[in-house]
Amino acid sequence: MAPNGNLNKESSIRDLIDQKKQKRSISNFSERSIPVVLFLFAAVSILTTIGILYTLLSETISFFQEISIVDFFTGTVLKPLSQNPEFGVLPLINGTIISSLIAMLVAGPIGIMTAVYLSEYATDKVRRILKPILEVLAGIPTIVYGFFAFTFVTPVLENIIPSLGATNILSPGIVMGVMIIPMIASLSEDAMTSVPNAMREGALALGATKLETTFRVVIPAALSGIIASFVLGISRAIGETMIVTIASGSSKNFTFDVTQSMQTMTAYIVEVSGGEAPAGSTIYYSLYAVAMTLFVFTLIMNLLARYISRKFREEY
Amino acid sequence: MKYIDQEQVQNKMSSRLIKNNILKTLFALATMFGIVVLVILIVRVLTQGLAWIDMDFITGKLSTNADRAGIMGAILGTLWLMAVVIPVTLVLGVATAIYLELYAPKGKLQAIIQTNIANLAGVPSIVYGLLGLTVFVRAMEFGNVVLAGGLTLSLLVLPIVIVAAQEAIRAVPQHLSEASFGMGATKWQTVKNIVLPAALPGILTGAILALSRAIGETAPLTVIGIPALLIPFPEGIFDSFTVMPMQIYYWTIDSVLVEEYAYLAAATIIVLLLMLFILNSIAVIIRNKFQRRY
Repeated sequence: MAPNGNLNKESSIRDLIDQKKQKRSISNFSERSIPVVLFLFAAVSILTTIGILYTLLSETISFFQEISIVDFFTGTVLKPLSQNPEFGVLPLINGTIISSLIAMLVAGPIGIMTAVYLSEYATDKVRRILKPILEVLAGIPTIVYGFFAFTFVTPVLENIIPSLGATNILSPGIVMGVMIIPMIASLSEDAMTSVPNAMREGALALGATKLETTFRVVIPAALSGIIASFVLGISRAIGETMIVTIASGSSKNFTFDVTQSMQTMTAYIVEVSGGEAPAGSTIYYSLYAVAMTLFVFTLIMNLLARYISRKFREEY
Repeated sequence: MKYIDQEQVQNKMSSRLIKNNILKTLFALATMFGIVVLVILIVRVLTQGLAWIDMDFITGKLSTNADRAGIMGAILGTLWLMAVVIPVTLVLGVATAIYLELYAPKGKLQAIIQTNIANLAGVPSIVYGLLGLTVFVRAMEFGNVVLAGGLTLSLLVLPIVIVAAQEAIRAVPQHLSEASFGMGATKWQTVKNIVLPAALPGILTGAILALSRAIGETAPLTVIGIPALLIPFPEGIFDSFTVMPMQIYYWTIDSVLVEEYAYLAAATIIVLLLMLFILNSIAVIIRNKFQRRY
């Protein structure tokens, strides 16, 4: 009996060891395969970029086989639907730049003044109330701003400027500016609050007022962050779609008169794709050429913002 | 003998102090500007739309007749869209964040993925619409259904979820995972049982904010092509659909033809903003209640 019992015990221990080995090999396998699976998921973001670049590039190339690239970038007439269609992108670039300029004229000064107030003047309590409210402003869908620009701001402006068209670039430009205020304010405020207090105290101890401290010490020290926030704001304005689509109409005017309707690159994409341009037609390819131009514009702005905030950051 | 002429100091100081106070008021007014616009916007939408909201409007079908139009189809469309966006962004976003924070070898590859995500966050939403149109609607032949729209919006908000999840994972203190390793747990067991649960509130907060961005988004959907007057309700992710922002868009531009459409748009905006408000409140509650500080 005794040897038999020993044998039993031995075999059961061996079983346990085998089981353990098997378990470990399973967990070893999953330990080794999990990084691979995770990498595949992470690769989706790379694939997205490749997808964007590939679709834009391939269709843009098809477009430039039909329309010369020089005519596209120097043409001031855009008549995609006429009998003799003309595809000059300048009216769209003009509309995009003008609407972004108007937006920045509103958002730039107000955004930076808001940032100064929140970071230098406001008490903690006031800041804790004001900041979340400004964040609400940033969270409102752009379609709501579009509705607001079209049904409220344009009629109000019409009282001041009687010659204003029912669709014009001024009103969406201003509303876009309001939309961008929170972004510029919060990024600039971050830059200002990261300026060490010792520097403020130094200026104040020398007898400077708060205002002088702000303009001679804090803002120069935070300048790279502030400029970067402006550039990001411009990029946001260039890519904004719904506000200009609704409130600025679809006339492809090449003009500098802000009371007139102009079309931006984004609004053109909405108009043409919404009209269900047949795949393969020149007008369908023009969609991608315009989108490519838009993509390059915003990419340059984003890279510029990152370059400025890295290169010119003052380290303390 | 007096070294300091008090009067002269007073004279010099007072103009500087006045300037300081004037500009302080100006800065405060500038801060109020944004808030005043927000109040005007909300009051305006409420006065135009509130009277049009009733049970028939919420549960009714779309119609060209303003008195009979309802937005149930658009609400269902938004909900179906969420049913696609939530799982896709959570799985992709969290997996990418775990990979980047815990698994990726520190080096070029990680830097490339990270830079790429930062760049994707800056791509205009309308460009994602073209990607969706080309890849999901045309190449994969989904057509303009919920799935195509949902995948497009998922890619659009993915960077937000990834960055939020990365921050949440980074905020989990090292000693928690070290304790887990010390007990003999493997890396994946540590990630699954220790890091993820601790990071979950942060991840969910980010995911909800991304979701509210997705359901308010209009531009990519205009490119994919959403019918202006879709009467049947969507019953699954392979059905055609419309969503609240698209309905607001169509009613706003058509308000030139039929004045009442502006009120319908305002009423839809109220419903949409209410939904966003609820989502954001949930995010705030999760952040305040479950976010632990170590």
